[in-house]
This record gives sequence, structure tokens and C-alpha cells, in this order.
Amino acid sequence: MATILGIESSCDETAAAVVVDGHDVRSSIIASQVDLHRKYGGVVPEIASRAHIEKFDAVIAEAMDLAEVSPGDIDAIAVTTSPGLIGSLLIGVTAAKTLSWYWNKPLVAVDHVLAHVCSPAIDGGPGIWPAVALVVSGGHSSLYRVDDFNAIERLGQTIDDAAGEAFDKVATILNLRYPGGPEIDRLAKRGDAGAVAFPRTMLGRESLDFSFSGLKTAVLYHVNGPGKTSGGLEKLNEQQIAHIAASFQEAVVDVLVRKTMRALDRTGYDNVALSGGVAANSRLRAKMEAACADRGASLYAAKLAYCMDNAAMIAALGERMFRQGQIVTLELDASARC
Amino acid sequence: MTDEHRLTTHSPADTHAVGARIGASLCGRACIALDGPLGAGKTQLTKGIAKGCGVGPDVTVNSPTFVIVNEYAGRVRIFHIDAYRLSGCEELDAIGFDEMLESDSVVIVEWSDRVASIIPDDHLAIRMEHAGDTIRDIRIRATGERSRRILGALSGLS
Repeated sequence: MATILGIESSCDETAAAVVVDGHDVRSSIIASQVDLHRKYGGVVPEIASRAHIEKFDAVIAEAMDLAEVSPGDIDAIAVTTSPGLIGSLLIGVTAAKTLSWYWNKPLVAVDHVLAHVCSPAIDGGPGIWPAVALVVSGGHSSLYRVDDFNAIERLGQTIDDAAGEAFDKVATILNLRYPGGPEIDRLAKRGDAGAVAFPRTMLGRESLDFSFSGLKTAVLYHVNGPGKTSGGLEKLNEQQIAHIAASFQEAVVDVLVRKTMRALDRTGYDNVALSGGVAANSRLRAKMEAACADRGASLYAAKLAYCMDNAAMIAALGERMFRQGQIVTLELDASARC
Repeated sequence: MTDEHRLTTHSPADTHAVGARIGASLCGRACIALDGPLGAGKTQLTKGIAKGCGVGPDVTVNSPTFVIVNEYAGRVRIFHIDAYRLSGCEELDAIGFDEMLESDSVVIVEWSDRVASIIPDDHLAIRMEHAGDTIRDIRIRATGERSRRILGALSGLS
């Protein structure tokens, strides 16, 4: 049994968590910067880095206090080292290295996306493997074959925009508030998902890759007219905008669900692990649940608290890695890419 | 020699092919400022440029919006930058923009107007516009000696 302090700062959330034994989450603190970035319609890297510096001391202290642990109780420190915004990652890595040196604790380097992949196992337990894992967020839309925490193979990824990026860009086209995902989810509940027949890009019968760029352009043209990029939104009423949001969301969800089922066919597995920020989308959760039920498969969706960026998933995967002896030195660096 | 080249593409595949032609004409240090509205085909053109620069077909060239910069190894190395979320040139500076420019690589900057003052004087300016459902107007402009040579190698592109 190991107690891990997890540290995460790959994008715009400053997070720290204390997790025991890879599943017992004693604390998970997230300081969101959403308000800071709202006026820019997206995360601004420089603002993000500065905010991480300001918040980390308090966030780590709160995570330790809430979990009622002292430095002596911590067995190792797990930190996100890639991928993400390099300036943001470096703040977390520096905090982790400093604590590792000062408390004399081993350091574990965790990949942010693999932590998302494994996040449904925080509550589901290691028994959910083997599974097909779908990670959908602002930066990723990928399918994985997961045999165990340390046996993960990517089966497909986006060839252009990530699903969450498509949500954000369509929200921009529809002039909705940032972040776009929750706004479209909310608006879609009042719209008809069949109102507009947006394209479902499947990239051939075999592919497990995704493409959402054409869908984004289809929404742009539906709003403004073919080949036009402005002037159409003013002519639409609220109900029409809700129909567009619902139809767009349905197109994204359809593709995500169909490709996940395709990956189940390919692997012969019976479990689906769903995670990442877009996994918080209510329509995706509902349709994935129904599609799994139809074929007798089981869905393990990450708890909403572990869909958004968080440090509990870093500590949870970090615990498995720590027990396998995957320790790094203080030479540790961060990397923007996977 | 003219400093500007205009062409029209009629499909994403067409845009990709233009990108591949541009990529094939690059053999070392070059900066490309790539601008145009959402959905204009900037990523599609970049995929083509990467192919023309010898980036393998098994490598996925996708949007760098989330991580700001993606790097690809080919006959010539490519840095693909998305400045959409940058608030100013300091941030581009902080991720090592100067080193990228000086490394004999092709540096592609999407939404370059947000970081205009840090873009080298001599660059290839590509502007993409929607002109119909799948039709795109592409304007390629040279702003110095080096970019003029690249544009010259592209002549005959239609």
C-alpha cells in the first residue's frame, strides 16, 4: 500500500491530490483558471503559467490537509511531465522536484493522457481491464487497447481537430461562452438532434482514427451559407441555434460511439473505459451506455470529477508505476508532446 | 519575377496537393505565415507541406492548438505552431521560436497576425479564404530574397 501525492499542471488547472493504493482518493484539489481565460475564449499559456505559480503552494497544502497526511506519510510524488503547455508543465515539475528533494521522496513521471486512459479504474478497479479506452478532450481523441496499466496500445487518434477542440470552435461559431463543451451540452437539451444532417466522418470502414475538421466547417457553412464565414448568426433565433448545437453534438457523439464499437469488434473485448473532458458530455455518456448495453458490453466511465484535468488520476497511475519501480531522478524534464 | 502567386483549389485533396508542392520546394530554413478563418484549410495545407517535406505517411499531422507547437521530422524538419491562443510575442519567444528559426527548419505559424512583430521580415505569407463550399482562394506572397526563391520554385503551380 502506497500513499502518493499527485501534481498536475499540464494546461489550465492547478491540481494536487493524495491517493492511497491507487484508488482511495483522500483529497483531490483543483484550482480552475476558467474565469481567467474566459475573456480570451480559450486558454492563454502565459496567463496559465503565472496562475500555476501563484496557486501551487496553497493547492498542495490543501490536498495534504484534507487528506490529513504529513510529508512523512507520503511514499512518492507523481507529476505530469507530458504532454501539455510546456510553460505550465514546467511549474508542476519544478514543484514536484523541489518537494522530492526537500522531503527526500521518490519521484514518478506520469503521462497525462495515459492517466486519463486509466482514470476509469480509480473507481472501477483493475478488474475493468482488458478494455477499449476512449479518451476525448480538448487536445485528444484517441482509442486505446488496454490490457493493464502498463500495457496500453493506441489504436487510433484524430487526424485533425480533437473532439473538444471541435466543441470549442463550434461554440465560437455560435458565439457561446467559453468553455464551449458544457454550453453546447446545455443548449443541445433544448434542440432537436435530427434537425440538421451534419456529416459523420468515418474515414473508411476499417479506420479507428477520427476527423472533426469537416464537421466544424459544415457547421460554419450551415450558419453563414456555403463558402461564407460570417453574417449568418444574427439571422438565427435561439431555437435554431439550439437545433444546430444538438445536431452538431449528435454527429460528434455518433462517430465516437461507432468507432468505439468498432474497436470492441477489433479487439474482441467486452469493456469500454471512457475518460477525458468530453466524457463529461451527458449525450456521449448516455449513447455510449446504450450502445454497450446493446451488445452486452460494460461501460466504465470516469467519474465526472476525474473527467476534467485532475491530480487524482496522476497519483493513481503514479502508484502503479511506483510499485513497479518506475522512479525518475531530479534530472526530470517536461515535454510538450506525447 | 512576381512576388505573389494566387490560385484556387476545389477540394481538400486539392489543397493538400498544393501544400505538397510547397513542401517539395522547401530545402532548408523557411518561415511560413499561414492565415485564414476557421475551416479555411490551414491544417489541410500543412498536412500537404509536411508530405512534401518528406514526413512519412505513418505520421499524423494534426492541430497544434492544444500544445501550441508540434514538431515533425522529414527531409526537412518542421515546426507547426498555432498562435491562436497566444497573447503576445513573448510567449512564442518563451517556447524557443528563435531557435526553431535558426535550426534550418521549416517553421509554419498559423494565425501569424497575432504575433506579426516576431515573424522574420523574409517569410512566405500564405492567406487562405473560403470561396465556396469546397473552393478556397490561396494567395502566396514572398517578402524577401529567401521566400522569393521558394515562390520561384513554385511557378507553374495552378
